[in-house]
Amino acid sequence: MASATDLPPIAGEVAIPAVKAARNRGRREGRTRLSAPLTGLLWLVVGIYALPLLWFILSSFKPGSELFSYPLSMFPREWTFQGFFDAWERVDFARYFLNTATVALVTTALTVFFSACTGYALAKYNNKGTRLFFVCILATTMLPTEVILNPTFTVIRDLGLYNSLAGIIVPSVLTATGVFMFRQFFLTVPDDLLHSARIDGASELAIFFRIMLPLSRPILFTLAIFSFQWRWNDYIWPLIVLNDPKSYTLQVALRSIVGAENIDWPVLLGASVISILPLVLVFAVFQKYVLNADVSAGLKD
Amino acid sequence: MANPTVSPAAAPKVLSPVPVRTKSQQRRRNRYVIAPLILIGVNVVLFLVFFVWPGALGLIYSFTDYRGVGKLHFIGLANFQKLFADSTFYAALSRTFLYTVLSVPLVYVSSLGVAALLVSKAVRGRTAAKVVIFLPWLISPIVVGVIWKWMFGQDFGFVNFVISTLGGSPVQWSSNGNLALMVVIFAAAWGGTAFNMLLFIAALKNIPEALLEAAELDGANAWQRFRNVTLPGIAPTSFMVILLSTIHAMKEFAMIQALTNGGPGTENTLIVQYIYKTGFEQSKVGYASAASMVLMVVLLAIALIQLRFNRKKG
Repeated sequence: MASATDLPPIAGEVAIPAVKAARNRGRREGRTRLSAPLTGLLWLVVGIYALPLLWFILSSFKPGSELFSYPLSMFPREWTFQGFFDAWERVDFARYFLNTATVALVTTALTVFFSACTGYALAKYNNKGTRLFFVCILATTMLPTEVILNPTFTVIRDLGLYNSLAGIIVPSVLTATGVFMFRQFFLTVPDDLLHSARIDGASELAIFFRIMLPLSRPILFTLAIFSFQWRWNDYIWPLIVLNDPKSYTLQVALRSIVGAENIDWPVLLGASVISILPLVLVFAVFQKYVLNADVSAGLKD
Repeated sequence: MANPTVSPAAAPKVLSPVPVRTKSQQRRRNRYVIAPLILIGVNVVLFLVFFVWPGALGLIYSFTDYRGVGKLHFIGLANFQKLFADSTFYAALSRTFLYTVLSVPLVYVSSLGVAALLVSKAVRGRTAAKVVIFLPWLISPIVVGVIWKWMFGQDFGFVNFVISTLGGSPVQWSSNGNLALMVVIFAAAWGGTAFNMLLFIAALKNIPEALLEAAELDGANAWQRFRNVTLPGIAPTSFMVILLSTIHAMKEFAMIQALTNGGPGTENTLIVQYIYKTGFEQSKVGYASAASMVLMVVLLAIALIQLRFNRKKG
């Protein structure tokens, strides 16, 4: 502030455009000089990241006989969908697919809703209880399920959730990231909005459901996609909770194929590719909610 | 005290002999205490049932020789004494540390590097590149394991094929323990880049351009600008990425289950896999819980050390 008023106004007006122009020219030159190598470097990195995926997907279109015949070729000499059909039929894949979809969708709906509630409460009601619970949520990130496998199993068993999809759904509803994302968002919503709604006589819950929840739509979508991905790809909960192959989810089923003594590669490749498809679809439609989301908002705190 | 956003003047405490006032005060308090309670209720119950209960149970188990059925039989510290003399436990723990120490820097450097390239205005095709590099995020740890197993198969993998085509001899990616761990580390970096990259992109975009320009005018070269302006600017994000990646690496499980299953032999069995094997496959619940408690203490220590380190720097 002070320095701006100290400057003689005329000198500032004259000098700044000249300096700016020179600087821009310099930068533009620097940019074009660096553009080619940096672009090359980035696309080399892209190639490195894409290669394993590309090789894996192209291989899934190869017939079993071609998978191991040297010399290997990047593209299938003979394109086939046999691996996908085999995976779908032989491994009872349709059922696993349905199980996984059920778990992912139901959990996501519940997670989004309850994270919004909790995040809002933590952001807008500052009392001992909410402050304490915030610390509790923070603690859950330090005590992941992986650390308490056996006791978690006991709890699931004692609650009668063993071997049921509910046993995967219920414990996964609470996620620290989801709560933090909403809390961070609601912290940015001005309190005035809350006050004026109160003065207008709205009840606390009505304020949340009618005003705040609709406001948080962007976060809602972002968390929904995140949660869907977490649940679709989750391995540890289904592993603890499910015993009956009939209620397996995709990840547990895939693990049983890859963990076999003799791996059936054509089936494994087909099954793995199929298991990725729903997420690719979701991502293709909603990518702006993921790529443009300030994901750090939830985690930074 | 319920809500600091409520102006205290609106609720005079002492000067209200009229009972109506106290009633409305009471109602207000109820509003600000009960409403949030309803909102956080479900998550509080879930927290108690799925974190506090198993956590406490795990602590209790670790002092027993519980095997999954029957009554709890307390044996004091015997599990821990046995554990600290158990060479397989040490092997798993030290392998986990090695894995963490090697994979976290790789994840950090690759995600920051990619993010820096993706925010640089000199680079072309950034949107497409971002999408491609982000794709591994969609893929589950199990499938990441499958993909890398397929790439680095000792007798059938693409990498060994290329090596032998170029005249080299096939590398023992699965029968040599250290090479197998290397593949796991690559796979972890490949799968872990995407999310951290998003965090870094957000952080890099938040650095005021004026600062970088000023440094440029002062004659700082690209590296000096990065070292002295960018890195301090993204320090909070760096801290978070390192902390999250460290915890993630310490509990790596699914990807290894698919990729090497801890092999060759048990050479690359990491700590969570050790706990799973002991606790579920051999049903030594008490013993496995003792190992879990050690892992928990280690995770807590890592978090505290990094927190402290971060505070000192800040």
